[in-house]
Amino acid sequence: MEYAPAKFHKSARTLPEPGEAFAFTPENQAKFDAYVTRYPPDQRKSAILYALYLAQGQQGYLTRAAMQHVAQQIRCTPAEVEDVVSYYTMFFTKPVGKYVLNVCRTLSCALLGAERVTEELSAVLGIKPGETDPTGTFTLVEVECLGACDRAPVVMINDTDWHERLAPEHVRRFVEDLRARGKAALSGCHLHKEQGAGGGGQGAR
Amino acid sequence: MAYERVLTKHVNEPHSYTLDFYLTQQRGYEALRKALTLDPNDIIEQVKASGLRGRGGAGFPTGLKWQFVLKDTPKPKYICCNADESEPGTFKDHVLMERNPHLLIEGCAVACYAIGAKVAYIYIRGEFYHVQQVLEAEIENAYKAGYLGKNIFGSGFDCDVYVHRGAGAYEAGEETALIESLEGKRAQPRIKPPFPAVAGLYQRPTAVNNVETLCNVPLIVLYGSEWFAGLGPEKNGGPKLFCISGHVKQPGVYEASMHTTLRELVFDYAGGMIDDRPLKAIIPGGSSVPLLLPDQLDTPASFDAVQKAGSLLGSAGLIVMNDSVCMVWLAMNLLHFYRHESCGKCTPCREGTDWLFKLLGRLEAGEGRQKDLDLLYRVSNNIVGKTLCAFGDAAATPVISTMKLFRQEYEAHVREGRCPLPAPWRASRPLFAGAH
Ligand SMILES: Cc1cc2nc3c(=O)[nH]c(=O)nc-3n(C[C@H](O)[C@H](O)[C@H](O)COP(=O)(O)O)c2cc1C
Ligand code: FES
Repeated sequence: MEYAPAKFHKSARTLPEPGEAFAFTPENQAKFDAYVTRYPPDQRKSAILYALYLAQGQQGYLTRAAMQHVAQQIRCTPAEVEDVVSYYTMFFTKPVGKYVLNVCRTLSCALLGAERVTEELSAVLGIKPGETDPTGTFTLVEVECLGACDRAPVVMINDTDWHERLAPEHVRRFVEDLRARGKAALSGCHLHKEQGAGGGGQGAR
Repeated sequence: MAYERVLTKHVNEPHSYTLDFYLTQQRGYEALRKALTLDPNDIIEQVKASGLRGRGGAGFPTGLKWQFVLKDTPKPKYICCNADESEPGTFKDHVLMERNPHLLIEGCAVACYAIGAKVAYIYIRGEFYHVQQVLEAEIENAYKAGYLGKNIFGSGFDCDVYVHRGAGAYEAGEETALIESLEGKRAQPRIKPPFPAVAGLYQRPTAVNNVETLCNVPLIVLYGSEWFAGLGPEKNGGPKLFCISGHVKQPGVYEASMHTTLRELVFDYAGGMIDDRPLKAIIPGGSSVPLLLPDQLDTPASFDAVQKAGSLLGSAGLIVMNDSVCMVWLAMNLLHFYRHESCGKCTPCREGTDWLFKLLGRLEAGEGRQKDLDLLYRVSNNIVGKTLCAFGDAAATPVISTMKLFRQEYEAHVREGRCPLPAPWRASRPLFAGAH
């Protein structure tokens, strides 16, 4: 009798793709070595998110080879690394576009049109949330509250930059602008810009 | 509005975040200098006397939390500053970190001294990269000037402050999940007890405090607990930051005393409703708390008064909604959030949020049945109180609260076989058509 036929294995878990051989660049290795001293010597695992950010920054997304390298750095098992990667939303295990547009969809943003922003982006880029356009320029992602609800609707670009108050009717121009001018097209975080002028918040009045 | 701001007075001045500005305009690091001449227990007593309550959501007295931190132990202790700021509708901590970072750094140092810790980790959500840049640069400046590091002010007290970047997880804001995440694991809560005060980070005594909470500490040391308590109603003292978003003319972060009523916050501070449309409901403390109705707007925005009115002040994230908002849609929107963010550890929450979301989606798509309404109640009540952390209760709240206050809207969805209130700002195609 066949033992444990394949149909018993219902888990949807897919292994991350193996990817090419991976090691930190010397600069990233130096950054990691400096960073890990923030924690007690027997608690290297605390540096795992940092190591994963470094790896993702180096390669754009996380492959099995990258996770194995991180495991070596942390001195834990690759399974422990995969466990962490699969939990946090800011890590990618597949290639993404040059600009990842993370549109906030939670209540305050939705009240001011975030659902329609996603629809418009979808129409303009020709992709659904979760997809990357054929040129590899844009990935569209819906995310939950970004902690800037007073600037709704908010979009985070990659894991570093913000664009705030993106009304649905401005989407087409925004995409064209981003194509033409790159990150210079982004509004950035309001506090950097709006010191003393316009907008809500007490300091601004 | 005779209230004079103390936390955010300068946040819109161009150089408010610099050490120089902090030293010259805000009596920077005087509180730390003073604290280091005092007995740590006196600082805890002072914070207790001030009545400072945690600003992260639960409103627990901060002095008491510090007092619980295990004293007689050879183990190192830690301050973990909760800068995860991920409760929907909350966006106050980043203003402090970005525009007044030294207040937080000083607060961390004083807190460390008070509980006998030498290290504070500031756990900041991964999405706040730009905030982290400012904060880390200013921490470095504080080190250079001798306000952090070894032997501060020649007192023999050492203190290190580090920023730790998260990577996208609401649950990482829950204090034991935050600790797990800091240890390099999935952000999932621990069984309590033991509480962090006894076995927290690396199983060592730890106090987890919100950013705004810690920012109040230097003010208490500097100006005294009586001054602090006198700023607000009894047991609700001190300055408070309110985050106002949704259908208001001037959404933003507003500092006020907790005497201020919800009506004043919405109509005076935030400029009133967009297009002067009627206010339908308000969520006073972030997405996890029950709704309040227009006739409750004269409630003072204090922990105790809002609780008496049937909700919670939580993280003071006020989400204001006009009459175009369908309450079933609102519950669906928030359950999408909770379903996505459930860490998966406790079955009632992991499975329950998925069930609730699907039931609400079915109602919104016009395919709901009368018996779904009972099912919504039953599933909600099978989550509440049955999970390791407060996430479960929070996740069921939007459903329980909207069903209690707006039952007729749920009935109408079933009766009419469609959403009776499809607002123009919503997606033109329903998110959920045909899903079961
Ligand atoms: C699901 C969940 C999410 C939370 N998120 C946050 C958060 O983002 N920021 C925060 O300060 N507290 C958050 N809290 C509250 C913390 O557990 C904890 O009470 C708080 O950090 C304690 O600090 P405080 O006493 O200064 O308020 C959350 C709690 C739960 C249950
Ligand atoms: S709801 Fe979009 S940033 Fe909070």
